[in-house]
Amino acid sequence: MQMQYRENIMSTPFIAYPQPTTSGIARTVNIFRKETKYEFLKLLRNRSFSLAVIAFPIMFYLLFGVTNRGANSSGIHMARYLLGGYACFGVIGAALFGIGVGLAGERAAGWLEVKRASPMPPMAYLFAKCMGAVSFGLIIVTALISLALTMGGVSLSASEVLRMFGVSVVGSVSFASMGFLLALLVPANAAPGIVNLIYLPMSFVSGLWMPIQYLPHWLQRVAAALPTYHLAQLMLRIFGYADHSSAVSHWLSLAGFTMVMLGVSWLVFNRAQQNA
Amino acid sequence: MPATAVMRETEFERYASAMQPQQAIAALSGVTKRYGDTLALDGMNLALRPGEVVALLGPNGAGKSTAVRLLLGLIAPTSGTARVFGGDPQNPETRLRVGAMLQVARIPETLRVREHLDLFRSYYANPLSVAEIVRIAQLEGIEDKMFSKLSGGQKQRVLFGLALCGDPDLVFLDEPTVGMDIEARRGLWQQIRTLANRGKTVLLTTHYLEEADALAHRIVVINKGKIVSEGTPAEIKSVSAGRKIRCRTRLTVEFLSGLPGVTSVEQSGDDVVVMTPRAEEVVREMLLRDATLSGLEIASPALEDAFLALTTSR
Repeated sequence: MQMQYRENIMSTPFIAYPQPTTSGIARTVNIFRKETKYEFLKLLRNRSFSLAVIAFPIMFYLLFGVTNRGANSSGIHMARYLLGGYACFGVIGAALFGIGVGLAGERAAGWLEVKRASPMPPMAYLFAKCMGAVSFGLIIVTALISLALTMGGVSLSASEVLRMFGVSVVGSVSFASMGFLLALLVPANAAPGIVNLIYLPMSFVSGLWMPIQYLPHWLQRVAAALPTYHLAQLMLRIFGYADHSSAVSHWLSLAGFTMVMLGVSWLVFNRAQQNA
Repeated sequence: MPATAVMRETEFERYASAMQPQQAIAALSGVTKRYGDTLALDGMNLALRPGEVVALLGPNGAGKSTAVRLLLGLIAPTSGTARVFGGDPQNPETRLRVGAMLQVARIPETLRVREHLDLFRSYYANPLSVAEIVRIAQLEGIEDKMFSKLSGGQKQRVLFGLALCGDPDLVFLDEPTVGMDIEARRGLWQQIRTLANRGKTVLLTTHYLEEADALAHRIVVINKGKIVSEGTPAEIKSVSAGRKIRCRTRLTVEFLSGLPGVTSVEQSGDDVVVMTPRAEEVVREMLLRDATLSGLEIASPALEDAFLALTTSR
């Protein structure tokens, strides 16, 4: 009650005008915080997003990972390999659907314009979208790890779990950049379909659904050109299932991919602004 | 209310600095906006003076929204300048003093009204309190509803509330009552009047003359990117409207056209139709000149017809 009362006093125009009550930096931090919080709540409550994005990797892991808990072939424990694969699959899905589809929708509906007309710092909006992807990525990875430990017969050290979280965050940020570009290029009503058309084949070819060694050689060569492959290799490296190329090459590929996506997004955005 | 008086005083002082040199709080000067081959605005000059409510009136595609988007810094003019508070409308400092209600198909539906307000309030150093916004935008009882659960009118009121979060000095309302039923529309009119009474400068776009008439101090009629008429609501109505006199008479079209105040004369079957804003004088004269005059009808065209005449005739 006390707080409420104070707030009312502060907002009466003749007291509020002379001096800003919050310093610039504190206010900016607060904007980033609230933007992020509400982005997360919005995604969480949007069932068609949150259920699909979390449930698909879990369902697939139960079907193909947990049921193969005993399967070991050519030194690969399926439940362990697929933990890495579906973790990447989940992380990428959350980023592409949360940002690609979400932002495309907000842009088409005119909501982005309302935000741009407000004093909101544009970076706060991008940061919140990015953090939304990171949060859902971590939720998915946590759920998959729990399943693997309890039902999949997988054992993980604390360091392995932490490294999985680390790669998950990197993957979210990296594919967030692709989400931004898709949101700028793709019409909102076609966005889910187009995202699936890109996301599912890339996931398959990059060995997120089955050990990449089982795929035909020419497909494995295609995979090397895909960002999904490089993220998967970084994740599988934690379990010792990576191929022979060096970790540095995967980090660089992923970083390069992210830079290209952000650069092209920036160009497309500026072009759209000039033609607007 | 001495408090209000004090507030007005300081507000005018602040405006005084912003008003140099052109006495306008926001202005489009010689603005042309082209989209490819389409000319959305054609040499538009528009100035908003502090404390006035201006209605930008015109049919769909007239360039109303383009004018608003230019003043919000969402788009840049092809030529000419847009200034708000003496600066670039894109400046973050400018945006702190501006509120905007735009035409939005959908806003994030899985957030509650209170959450939307909380987020938008955080953008401003000195936001209005939630209680105040709820009161002005009439959001009582729906604060905790998800946006998706609101009726069309309630959604518009939330967008209106979001425009007010920063207690802005200048408010843009782009077709604020579009798609609302008559009752909801009148409710929002009342809220816009509340804004005006608080000394805010308001630019509202509409394609209803009735709405412009009910709210604005000044109406600017635009069509095809150009201003076709400008004035107080009374002036606009007198220029555009006039009344329609229909009768059977021996008086010639030439003679009727020469009567003072007659804007047009048309033969319609056996009848003649005379348009004039000064119907009483004209009818008196006609009755005097033609004792056989019969079948006299005098009608006020609907405001919408008048407006249509105004925007199509030029």
